[in-house]
Amino acid sequence: MKIGLFIPCYVDQFYPQVAKATLTLLEQLGCTVDYPLNQTCCGQPMANSGYAHLAGGCDDNFIRNFAGYDYVVSPSGSCTLHIKQHLHGHNAATDNDASAIRGRVYELTEFITDVLKVESLPAKNQVHPHRVRPLRVGLHQSCHGQRGLHLSPMSELVGNQGVSKPARLLKMVNGVELVDLDRRDECCGFGGTFCVTEEAISAKMGKDRVADHLRHNVDVITGVDVSCLMHMQGILRRQESKVEVKHISELLVN
Amino acid sequence: MSNLSHAEAAAVFNKDEARVDWHDETLWFVRSKRDRAAQSIPEWEGLREAASQIKNHVLSNMHDLLTQFEQKAIANGIMVHWAADAAEHNAIIRQILADNKVNQLVKSKSMLTEECHLNEYLKEHGVDVIDSDLGERIVQMRGEAPSHIVLPAIHLKRGDVGDTFHKHLGTDAGATDPQYLTEAARQHLRDTFLTRKVALTGVNFAIAETGGFVVCTNEGNADMGVHLADVHIACMGFEKVIPRAEHLGVFLRLLARSATGQPITTFSSHFHKPRKGQQMHLVIVDNGRSRQLGRADFRNSLKCIRCAACFNTCPVYRRSGGHSYHTAIAGPIGSILAPNLDMRQNVDLPFASTLCGSCSNVCPVKIDIHEQLYKWRQVLMQEGHGPTAKTLAMKTMASVLESPRLYRMAGKVGRGVLRFAPVVAENGLNPWYTHREMPEPPAESFRDWYINNKQ
Ligand code: SF4
Repeated sequence: MKIGLFIPCYVDQFYPQVAKATLTLLEQLGCTVDYPLNQTCCGQPMANSGYAHLAGGCDDNFIRNFAGYDYVVSPSGSCTLHIKQHLHGHNAATDNDASAIRGRVYELTEFITDVLKVESLPAKNQVHPHRVRPLRVGLHQSCHGQRGLHLSPMSELVGNQGVSKPARLLKMVNGVELVDLDRRDECCGFGGTFCVTEEAISAKMGKDRVADHLRHNVDVITGVDVSCLMHMQGILRRQESKVEVKHISELLVN
Repeated sequence: MSNLSHAEAAAVFNKDEARVDWHDETLWFVRSKRDRAAQSIPEWEGLREAASQIKNHVLSNMHDLLTQFEQKAIANGIMVHWAADAAEHNAIIRQILADNKVNQLVKSKSMLTEECHLNEYLKEHGVDVIDSDLGERIVQMRGEAPSHIVLPAIHLKRGDVGDTFHKHLGTDAGATDPQYLTEAARQHLRDTFLTRKVALTGVNFAIAETGGFVVCTNEGNADMGVHLADVHIACMGFEKVIPRAEHLGVFLRLLARSATGQPITTFSSHFHKPRKGQQMHLVIVDNGRSRQLGRADFRNSLKCIRCAACFNTCPVYRRSGGHSYHTAIAGPIGSILAPNLDMRQNVDLPFASTLCGSCSNVCPVKIDIHEQLYKWRQVLMQEGHGPTAKTLAMKTMASVLESPRLYRMAGKVGRGVLRFAPVVAENGLNPWYTHREMPEPPAESFRDWYINNKQ
């Protein structure tokens, strides 16, 4: 099984620890993982701003890097969804490759659950060997992963929607206590360029989301999208809060 | 309506954080009631699918259904008028009033007349209009537009209403008791009902098979108005037509539950023909709808039954207030309808969203609202409605991100690649820093680490 690791541009530049944790976790789960060196960005920053017509170069570069892999795996629900919905080639050959990639791209927890079908984590890992009480973890449901990739049941819909993939994995970690929130799947307000073009609303949404976690005394806020986490971390740091923000791979890795 | 963009108006609204919190909580309460009502119906998702399919059928058979509806309505004794746009709609109403030598009108809730700015038009022509929906009456007294299509005065606190009634109805200064205020409004409206000869209502569903139509209200004000009036005028956008009466069993179950969490609206009034001696007029309006019907990506926005569930769930709407949307229909659905009417004027609205997708999930007729927001962004920027600076920034960013070499070069300069991304451009003017910090740039990128350690 040939796995190509897709690390979103801002994770590569600002959160290398998340990329390392993702790579290590996949290796601990027995995968052989390639990191194609000429990858850059999925093109979502342009597309969500209304400039999808400028993202063709990113598409071509993505296809050059990831054509031929059995699976493309990424620690980002949002970038994965973008590739799944919008990656296109610009001639018959590359378009074939694009369509193959669209069918084989997975967000990390989705890949671990649906493809690897992992039932327990490698060496039952302990988040912090010296902790006396469990680590209280608040799971932020990033919208694109949740409503776009259906990683977790959605509060708006009725009927059985299966289990939450990220929550199920977190429950496998010794010493983690998953905390219930008042609004379990409200958006954090990051929204790509929305975070600057609609600064007032974006910041208010972020403050409110963070407050829900703080009300429930979390030690850590985690999630499947670093962009949402970066936004919430920015707010927590401005408030000089001690609450940590970690990508889910950092909690799942041994 | 203000000239501020959504972002500017929302920033003003957010100056009073306590009010924003209250607005958000109030609407979240309505959303939660909607959730409980939906959860109580095991076949909820099936109902949504049925409603969606019926509406798809309507969109594909619009001409035939409208023709059928018109024939049946005329046979029932209803006078049918067709209006190509808002101006024609308004002129038709004015003419009906003139023909009956009346210059007073009582009106129950109709978002279409808001869309056509009927009140302003009639006022200019010397007609006195009284809105009989309590929320609409409150905003009308204040000279405001409704901020929400189901709860027009939801942006106002009890104290605001008390002040308004004190000023316009002479209630005691500082009085906020809801019972007292409602009673004052009731007395005032009763007098209106008794003296108006012409009553105007909206239409929720027009039934092609019968030529009749249904109006849903919670206050009974539509009925009160038309039963006491000699002339009933009903106004509808042409997309309100549904094929058969039995389809009401789908839509009425969905509408009230989606809107307020009630099992059914308090009054679902079925009108089929004028009573003896009464005139019944029906004005069927296009006003851009046929243009929207012709846009493959956006036509299914016309499936909307105006329940406002997408407003109540929208985290942006709840924190920006309806007036920030500077259009008669606010919220997510308004943001995909408005660019059809005027792209330049409404270019900001499809961007007033994080594309979280909650709107599409609550929509009882399954409109892909957030996907249409995304598509409108593409149309608007490609048609050149983007600010030049933004277009230039995007071009620069695209040229860096599509080239591995430029991307790495930019990254070397203190993780500067994202300087090209407006999101995190590192300068004092960047709005990111108003309420947030940026992550500390790490010593090396993941790629550098990978090359040094893994290869
Ligand atoms: S778009 Fe859907 S959710 Fe929004 S008002 Fe219309 S029917 Fe209701």
